[in-house]
Amino acid sequence: MKIIPITPVDGGPGGGPSQGLYASESKVYPRSVSGLFQRWRWAFVWLTQIVFYGLPWLQWGERQAVLFDLGARRFYIFGYVLYPQDFIYLTGLLVISALSLFLFTAVAGRLWCGFSCPQTVYTEIFLWIERKVEGDRGARMRLDARRLDLQKFSRKGLKHLLWGAVALWTGFTFVGYFTPVTQLGSEVLQGRMGSWEIFWVFFYGFATYGNAGFMREQVCKYMCPYARFQSAMFDRDTLIVSYDPGRGEPRGSRGRKADPKALNLGSCVDCTMCVQVCPTGIDIRDGLQYECIGCGACIDACDTVMDKMNYARGLIRFSTQNAMASGGGRDAILQRVLRPRVLVYSSILLVLTAAVMVSLAMRTPLKVDVVRDRAALSRIVAGGMLENVYRLQIMNASEEKQRYRLDATGLPGLSLASEREFEVGPAESRWVAVRLQIPYGSAAAGSHPIQFQIDNGGDAHVREKSVFLVPR
Amino acid sequence: MSDFTSGFWSVYVAGITLAGILGCGVLLWLTSRKKVKAGADNSTGHVWDENLTEMNNPLPLWWVGMFVITIVFALLYLVAYPGLGSYEGNLKWTQADEYQKEVEAARKELEPLYAQFAAKPVEQLAGDPNAMAVGERLFMNNCAQCHGSDARGSKGFPNLADNDWLHGGTPEKIKETITKGRIGMMPPMAAAVGTPEDARNVAHYVLSLSNAPHDSVRAQLGKAKFVACGACHGADGKGNQAVGAPNLTDDTWLHGWGEQAILAMVNGGKTNQMPAQEGKLTEAQIHVLASYVWGLSHKGASTAVAKE
Repeated sequence: MKIIPITPVDGGPGGGPSQGLYASESKVYPRSVSGLFQRWRWAFVWLTQIVFYGLPWLQWGERQAVLFDLGARRFYIFGYVLYPQDFIYLTGLLVISALSLFLFTAVAGRLWCGFSCPQTVYTEIFLWIERKVEGDRGARMRLDARRLDLQKFSRKGLKHLLWGAVALWTGFTFVGYFTPVTQLGSEVLQGRMGSWEIFWVFFYGFATYGNAGFMREQVCKYMCPYARFQSAMFDRDTLIVSYDPGRGEPRGSRGRKADPKALNLGSCVDCTMCVQVCPTGIDIRDGLQYECIGCGACIDACDTVMDKMNYARGLIRFSTQNAMASGGGRDAILQRVLRPRVLVYSSILLVLTAAVMVSLAMRTPLKVDVVRDRAALSRIVAGGMLENVYRLQIMNASEEKQRYRLDATGLPGLSLASEREFEVGPAESRWVAVRLQIPYGSAAAGSHPIQFQIDNGGDAHVREKSVFLVPR
Repeated sequence: MSDFTSGFWSVYVAGITLAGILGCGVLLWLTSRKKVKAGADNSTGHVWDENLTEMNNPLPLWWVGMFVITIVFALLYLVAYPGLGSYEGNLKWTQADEYQKEVEAARKELEPLYAQFAAKPVEQLAGDPNAMAVGERLFMNNCAQCHGSDARGSKGFPNLADNDWLHGGTPEKIKETITKGRIGMMPPMAAAVGTPEDARNVAHYVLSLSNAPHDSVRAQLGKAKFVACGACHGADGKGNQAVGAPNLTDDTWLHGWGEQAILAMVNGGKTNQMPAQEGKLTEAQIHVLASYVWGLSHKGASTAVAKE
């Protein structure tokens, strides 16, 4: 019987130089790149940022179209006035977002990370500013290596100034979703912003500045939870950034006119462009690594070089593990797109999206809560009537003043002894005291279920249950 | 005053807290000195179970920096705020103080609004819809627990929406009631009235005063004994607002209707107390509340006054 040692044995495949448990991260200088995926990245930058920076400035009638009024607890999204009780729609939205993420990650990998995540978008914007001010990769590395002189100070200073401006504008826009942006703007100009507004503008601005200016790929590598579990959503048919070692190896430089086969070389000319353009600083030729955010910059860079060498494109390309193993091309990949995982995600997503949309479309712009009086459970009043008192919270979720009519049913002889009609202002919530009466002795002692109906004669009709108590 | 039952606990809590924070620092320092061998494949060189190896992915220094900042912040925080046992903290912060500050800030913010209200007399304020909305909310928060959401009270809690007032229904009297509270005290009158039979007779006499069904013979017998009651309730039984003695000739029976209820009052007496609101509510708030309550029994009149 062989005994397997349970204590660690020294001297395995390691044994190199010593390393601490903590290490300083070296800065990544992504080289600029142009190509299909870089165009897609910038399309998403424009799309997401036009929406983010633009939405608060849209008006809907008298008010901002998208406004989350935390103080008054009303959430305005275009024509809808949502109350905290409508939180279920946010839940629905989050579930739909999560399922969409699972779906397109299963199909095409880290599309979120490489193209639409705010971290990647703002890093792109800040990198663009950095390139404009300090130059491309080589120039930036040389500038950092230099001693601090006037030129370096002014270059760096200008860059940080521009970064700061973008960060503050981002913070301002963020707060503009909670305080109407035009009001916020005039507050800024008059120098009388509220203390919390100041805090959040600077907090969010500082976070943008720090994350997009300095942290960059550190967020993806160490902070983001999605980066850690995205591999669980992949399967062998997920599109990933793949280097084709069968075609590329053995790698080596050679002249443009030289014949690679004669030199016994693969297509890879070892230009290291793919490494230089990578925003996370990895070498994709080592295979897919967890740091890879799937942005496709290495694909663009390699294609450019392949064009110059008159070789076929696609040495690094989006492909699937199955396709790489079988040597299949686009058709092999497309054939596997509609697989069970994708179909299940899609159908659940479809059902949920339809449910949320239908629910929103059919939403009643009226909510009612019935609260029975607890101190005065039941009382006898003049005229030999037995009375119960309730308070109804009438929540008008529309933006017009409404006139509501109240009815109560459920017991023979049940009558309303207080006002039958009341007005509630736009987006207002009002408590109304209601008295119901029955003739004394007409019902048995105990609790009797009754129903309130509140109606505005139009689209708002709500039924709420309650009880009528008859004392022993 | 310390919440701890003995001085030991304060030291215990402080000790454990500081030891924990210190321990975090020691842990960071120790692990920063540890070295592992890094092979070509990033493994540490140890092998378990024939072929299990361990990789070393160094933690970025900025992360370590955040840990250090956390430790420093914790220490600074514990100097400034309470946390180490009974130590009060340099800033002497307490929850009660913070609450008081917020109450003061809220009062200050509402002052202009209430100043507006305080400037108008009660009758006029009752016709101001904004003031009455505020009054309704004040009522719901402070008065409705006893007097009901509709202010019509229940057994033992007066109906504020009718015209029957125990201590007076003028705006000034209403304000006085809210501010100072009321103690309505009826002493047990069994001895003064006489025998239990006498008490029953008096009860029927009282019933007769409001033309309720009663035994007329007993009522006749009880009339003579009513003199003892008339000292507070008046010889005609119409009540006395100066002492809060109810009007026995009307239809309002705060403590129950019928012979048994009246007998219970006569034999047992009653002390009915309304708590004073003067410490809880400001004068302006009481003014608004008084207008609200006055407005409940003057529905048409108030709006007419407001239009002037």
